[in-house]
Amino acid sequence: MAAVIPDPLDHHHHHAPSGLMRWLTTTNHKDIGTMYLIFSFVMFLSGGVMALTIRAELFQPGLQVVQPEFFNQLTTMHGLVMVFGAIMPAFVGFANWQIPLMIGASDMAFARMNNWSFWLLPPAAILLLGSFFVPGGATAAGWTLYAPLSVQMGMGMDFAIFAIHIMGLSSIMGAINIVVTILNMRAPGMAMMKMPLFCWTWLITAYLLIAVMPVLAGAVTMILTDRHFGTSFFNAAGGGDPVMYQHIFWFFGHPEVYIMILPAFGIVSQIIPAFARKPLFGYASMVYATASIAILSFVVWAHHMFATGMPAVGQLYFMYATMLIAVPTGVKVFNWVATMWRGSLSFEPPMLWATGFIFVFTIGGFTGLICAIAPIDIQIHDTYYVVAHFHYVLVAGSLFALFAGAYYWLPKWTGHMPSDRLGKLHFWCSLVFFNVTFFPMHFLGLAGMPRRIPDYALQFTDFNALATIGAFGFGLSQLIFLAVVVKCARGGKPAAAKPWDGAEGLEWTVPSPAPYHTFEEAPLVK
Amino acid sequence: MSETLERYFVPEPSRFPIFGSVALLLFGAGAALWVNQVKAGPWIFFLGIAILIYMLFGWFGQVVRESQGGKYGTRVDASFRWSMGWFIFSEVMFFAAFFGALFYVRVLTVPALSSGENEALLWQGYSGAWPNAGPRALDTAAVEPFTPMGAWGIPAINTLILLTSGATLTWAHYGLLKDKRGQLKLGLLLTILLGAIFLGFQAYEYVHAYGELNLRLDTGIYGSTFFMLTGFHGLHVTVGAIMLTVMLCRAVAGHFNSQHHFGFEAAAWYWHFVDVVWLILFVVVYWL
Ligand SMILES: [Cu+2]
Repeated sequence: MAAVIPDPLDHHHHHAPSGLMRWLTTTNHKDIGTMYLIFSFVMFLSGGVMALTIRAELFQPGLQVVQPEFFNQLTTMHGLVMVFGAIMPAFVGFANWQIPLMIGASDMAFARMNNWSFWLLPPAAILLLGSFFVPGGATAAGWTLYAPLSVQMGMGMDFAIFAIHIMGLSSIMGAINIVVTILNMRAPGMAMMKMPLFCWTWLITAYLLIAVMPVLAGAVTMILTDRHFGTSFFNAAGGGDPVMYQHIFWFFGHPEVYIMILPAFGIVSQIIPAFARKPLFGYASMVYATASIAILSFVVWAHHMFATGMPAVGQLYFMYATMLIAVPTGVKVFNWVATMWRGSLSFEPPMLWATGFIFVFTIGGFTGLICAIAPIDIQIHDTYYVVAHFHYVLVAGSLFALFAGAYYWLPKWTGHMPSDRLGKLHFWCSLVFFNVTFFPMHFLGLAGMPRRIPDYALQFTDFNALATIGAFGFGLSQLIFLAVVVKCARGGKPAAAKPWDGAEGLEWTVPSPAPYHTFEEAPLVK
Repeated sequence: MSETLERYFVPEPSRFPIFGSVALLLFGAGAALWVNQVKAGPWIFFLGIAILIYMLFGWFGQVVRESQGGKYGTRVDASFRWSMGWFIFSEVMFFAAFFGALFYVRVLTVPALSSGENEALLWQGYSGAWPNAGPRALDTAAVEPFTPMGAWGIPAINTLILLTSGATLTWAHYGLLKDKRGQLKLGLLLTILLGAIFLGFQAYEYVHAYGELNLRLDTGIYGSTFFMLTGFHGLHVTVGAIMLTVMLCRAVAGHFNSQHHFGFEAAAWYWHFVDVVWLILFVVVYWL
């Protein structure tokens, strides 16, 4: 094989472009990971501004701040921006930075395509956010884009459709890259069952992405042709069915929620052993639990549709199948707690966030079980109870895990320790304000307050006012994180190669900050 | 242990991805404007397409040069194999959405619309016999009747053509493995020609459908599923034929040998995938 070994002298270190061109053309997984993380934070702030506008309107009953049409655009775009712009790209950013470092690879398997996966996101964001400014404004059909509403929307809907196509393309290429990197680029000795759990959860997430993003592309394509080319997929007069849209969408949508939570499980599974100073309890069961969650996620989608109408047999099946997911999820929570059991615990910011994650995510998991019970769901469907539920899993789940991971790996990325004091302040403010915002929503929903409506009956006023105060507190707390990251990138206490004494893994064997090129010679894993 | 010795090829910084991103931004914005009858729409759209074509030529050209330059070792080869497999899986899921829609309307929606309360109160006399253009077609004054597409004319011939093309492609592959370059080139050429004949027949079928059969994209759910499924399949045949044409040009230029020819294999996998989609399509769209 001598002919295929590139000459080491003719290696690619010399003429790397600088300035803007470096970022536009880079093939380095660390550069690309950084861009993903910055992009997702910018989108997080824009989606957050939308959320705060929604909460400002809901501070009191009646209409004060925005018109109902614009309110509907805000709820729709808040969802789309947070799901596709903030949470998903943030996890891909972590994958880019960490997976090659964790498995001992020199880079991602397809470094050029990696660049394209990232640089497709800004165009998609331009189309999506730009749609606010086209005639009729952005789509207001809700982030689920249900037909027939989405078939009737204005030009903004078409921009959203093409934005989703481009984001889907980015996700599929990113996911293929991650799968191939994990399957083919592991250092010698890094057997699959020795891999860090973050890599396992991302491998399974990437599989879900490749399986369901094309289905979403198909669904929005059908909306596009129903809108402009006379097809009847979602039109009963032509023999189609608007309910079919919900089936196709949720066949994508339910695995999508695991796409947003499985990498979070991975991050938490890295952090808890490090700060409990004990190996992860039940590694193999964690892998199997992740795989079972992924498989089950394909067969439970219609639990989003109990109120849409379904035969009783279907309701029973989807109810029990959904509840089954609590079993592997319970295994995971049990394993995290068992890892902490009799460990030498210390609570630096990453561990605070990870521990907070277990508490609040588990609340979201429990309310998910309640939503899964078909007779109860008929009552709480499309109320604030559902809003409370999915914010407990997406904010307290995905977002808290992202912060945990950021505090954990910032020393490796920047070479400096993030401020302990600010990190703890960020955590406690976020935890308190998060619960002030979303806990009252359970009561609002149980009392019957519908979601996605800019006005409400007077008896809901107190809890809504409380939620709005919490939301503004939560939003402002995130500026602490911005300060932490900026300070950390600029300087601060230098970080050791392994700044957390209990941390395990190949990423801690390289210096901090990680050099531009790592593991060009694959390490040997024993 | 060749694995520990062989360095994985990491490409240099490249400007192709950013061209691709600008192209898709123009493509998406242009298409969204075009479907809303904004004059600039088609111009922006086609500018996007042009940049995309430039990018694809440049990018794949560079990959071919790197491959010919011996930069790709066995592990890069393995990466390409995995990625092509997963890419085809994503395509399978895209078609699954449309096949799923066809299945859903035939098994659930149409029987529900044509029975019970729906039939009694909303659409009296709607029998739901497949194929149909939906209950609004009952009003024959407003909706002109159509004739469904038969299975045993052009579609059956097209099935034979695609199956034959799978065989000629495999014959070309054997030629490559046995270093019979003539067989490789002839097999590829025959496959591409069969693909082109298939597409020609399909174009004729569409003209026939719109003309004599009055079967159009807006002919209710039957027209929707028929044209979207066969249309996306036809698009994939076109892409597959372009891939095979590139492989033929590379074969003529002396690329590939019996050990290293993943580009050829990737195109062949794709072609067989398109073949299998057609077989399912023939059974559930044309025949049943
Ligand atoms: Cu679900």
